[in-house]
Amino acid sequence: MRRIISVLMENAPGSLSRVVGLFSQRGYNIESLTVAPTEDETLSRLTLTTIGDDHKIEQITKHLNKLIDVVKLVDLTEGAHIEREVMLIKVKAAGAQRAEIKRCVDIFRGQIVDVTASLYIVQITGTSDKLDAFLHAVGDASILEVVRSGVSGIARGEKVLSL
Amino acid sequence: MLIRALRDEGVEYVFGYPGGAALHIYDAIFRQQDVQHILVRHEQAATHAADAYSRATGQVGTVLVTSGPGATNAITGIATAYMDSIPMVVISGQVVSERIGEDAFQETDMVGVSRPIVKHSFMVRDAREIPEVVKKAYYIAATGRPGPVVIDVPKDITSPFETFPYEYPEKVKIRSYTPATRGHAGQIKKAVQLLLEAKRPVIYAGGGVVQGNGSELLTELARKLNYPVTNTLMGLGAYPGTDRQFLGMLGMHGTYEANMAMHHADAILAVGARFDDRVTNAVNKFCPNAKIIHIDVDPASISKTVTADIPIVGAVDSVLTDMLALAKESEETPDAAAIKNWWQQIDEWRDNHGIYIAPRYKQADSGKIMPQDVIKTLHEVTKGEAYVTSDVGQHQMFAAQYYLFDKPRRWINSGGLGTMGFGLPAAMGAQMADRDAVVACVTGEGSIQMCIQELSTCTQYNLPIKIICLNNQALGMVKQWQDMQYGSRYSESLYEDSLPDFVKLAEAYGHVGMRVTEKDDLKAKMEECFAIKDRVVFMDIAVDNSEHVYPMQIAGASMRDMWLSKTERT
Repeated sequence: MRRIISVLMENAPGSLSRVVGLFSQRGYNIESLTVAPTEDETLSRLTLTTIGDDHKIEQITKHLNKLIDVVKLVDLTEGAHIEREVMLIKVKAAGAQRAEIKRCVDIFRGQIVDVTASLYIVQITGTSDKLDAFLHAVGDASILEVVRSGVSGIARGEKVLSL
Repeated sequence: MLIRALRDEGVEYVFGYPGGAALHIYDAIFRQQDVQHILVRHEQAATHAADAYSRATGQVGTVLVTSGPGATNAITGIATAYMDSIPMVVISGQVVSERIGEDAFQETDMVGVSRPIVKHSFMVRDAREIPEVVKKAYYIAATGRPGPVVIDVPKDITSPFETFPYEYPEKVKIRSYTPATRGHAGQIKKAVQLLLEAKRPVIYAGGGVVQGNGSELLTELARKLNYPVTNTLMGLGAYPGTDRQFLGMLGMHGTYEANMAMHHADAILAVGARFDDRVTNAVNKFCPNAKIIHIDVDPASISKTVTADIPIVGAVDSVLTDMLALAKESEETPDAAAIKNWWQQIDEWRDNHGIYIAPRYKQADSGKIMPQDVIKTLHEVTKGEAYVTSDVGQHQMFAAQYYLFDKPRRWINSGGLGTMGFGLPAAMGAQMADRDAVVACVTGEGSIQMCIQELSTCTQYNLPIKIICLNNQALGMVKQWQDMQYGSRYSESLYEDSLPDFVKLAEAYGHVGMRVTEKDDLKAKMEECFAIKDRVVFMDIAVDNSEHVYPMQIAGASMRDMWLSKTERT
């Protein structure tokens, strides 16, 4: 099962390499990973998606918790949560395609953020599934370049991941 | 500043080896008296010696090496300590800050290289950080599930030309690190209940009981309940080896009665043990009828390979104290009739195949000395009170089986990583920990050559350890597996006639060398060896080279499936 694990950790040199190292060392998968400082500059928030059964996820969270730099973590998929991913995609947009792509972007509530005579750069935000669906809708033939941010997530409601 | 911080931390000994990037630190060592440095002959030995010092005393071991090759040579020893959860601080010199990343002379990314085998690591970026980093390093190494911590120190950070105000922190708080202490009261209650209701209980105690200073409590609990106890390789000495309730070691080369009892148990109390693959054999066939209570300070150890029915995260001593109190005040007592039957069953197993009831190995037709007899003689001559370090292989298993440790911290071996070369430097560390103690290094002619250079360190520091070398002229354990699984094709496991004359070798370092080839001489020579109090004695003992270690679990099967000899299996 796909899980989103959100980690609050010390914003210190080497912290990220310890998290990433743990995954390769113990043979766990990382599907996506995103990390940036939080409103408290001594802390970074790292969100990663991984796939595994309950036993594996339990091991992953236990081992992450064991890292000295990890302050707190939560498996967002255990409860209601919001997840978002940003995608920038460079697509061919010439002739009849131009209007077709524009329509598609509107349907997915994306934005065209750069335009040339022959291409668009489109920005789409949403769940990973939505991003996948957009890529499918546009079709491989039109796609020149794709860049995705990886998943960020936050729990719904009162729950807060902080110190 | 660094050495001052070590002194303020209470560090007595530093095991190390100097080099360019560490020279400022070495100069500081020269100019003080409090912290004594032990100069080894290879950095690997420094880590093993510090590791064994820690195992023998419970204190944090300290290592100091230079950058580059000094640091990488320490890696094997750090991994050894990591696998066995031994508290250790390794300080490595580093090239000057502004050269880092430029492939400077003797530069290695020590923090990166050591990352998977340390509990934590620090790179000091400012000299002002030194006291706090040192304090944190020792705190992290020693608390929770202990482990090695690396401090990488660029050379400019230790420059004697810059001075800073110094204050050693009394306490340290790390917001992201809160090691487990007390166990959950409800879980402990459930565990005691389960134990009291058990009809076929076994207490399975590991290295955590030794490291967590829980031996006395465990012994008291076991005696109160009259339940059988088995120890892991790392746990030997956690329960008195000569006690009636002790079943011997369990696992791959565990005793018949320990493995049978585990397989047939209905309740297992696992304390400070991690259900290692060398213990469980096939996990899906492990103890099919048992409810499992698992006490461990590390939550990640619980239900890692075997699912615990009652997990208890907490320090072993605290949890055992609570359990003992509950067991004492409980109105319930164990089911006496069931426990009596259980002991009858265990005694029957002992009578049939127990290695402590009668010798289960044949004397060699050639009249050669049997390796088991060497360990038994060692036990007899040292009255079971020596610190015994070992290397890795058949001799290690024979020592684990036949040297019955009555006290914790006396058996010092590389259990998790299985590091050949550990024994001799470990013996040095144990001897440093207790200068008056009898320290024996049980080794083989293979392992001893992996750190043989340390015979020179023993000379320099007058460490009168006794080396008991079981010489079978082959990598015995490799050869045993080749006998059992590879049709006796001895691929690269024989030395042929290339072995050195160990007697002369010992003498070359200024030690006493002895060779024993006759069975009848063994005891007298061993007594002669241990009568020499102030010298290293290297006993090169020719043992039967065809002997295997038994029992040996059959791979992929359950705990009760074992070879009991070359021809006999369960």
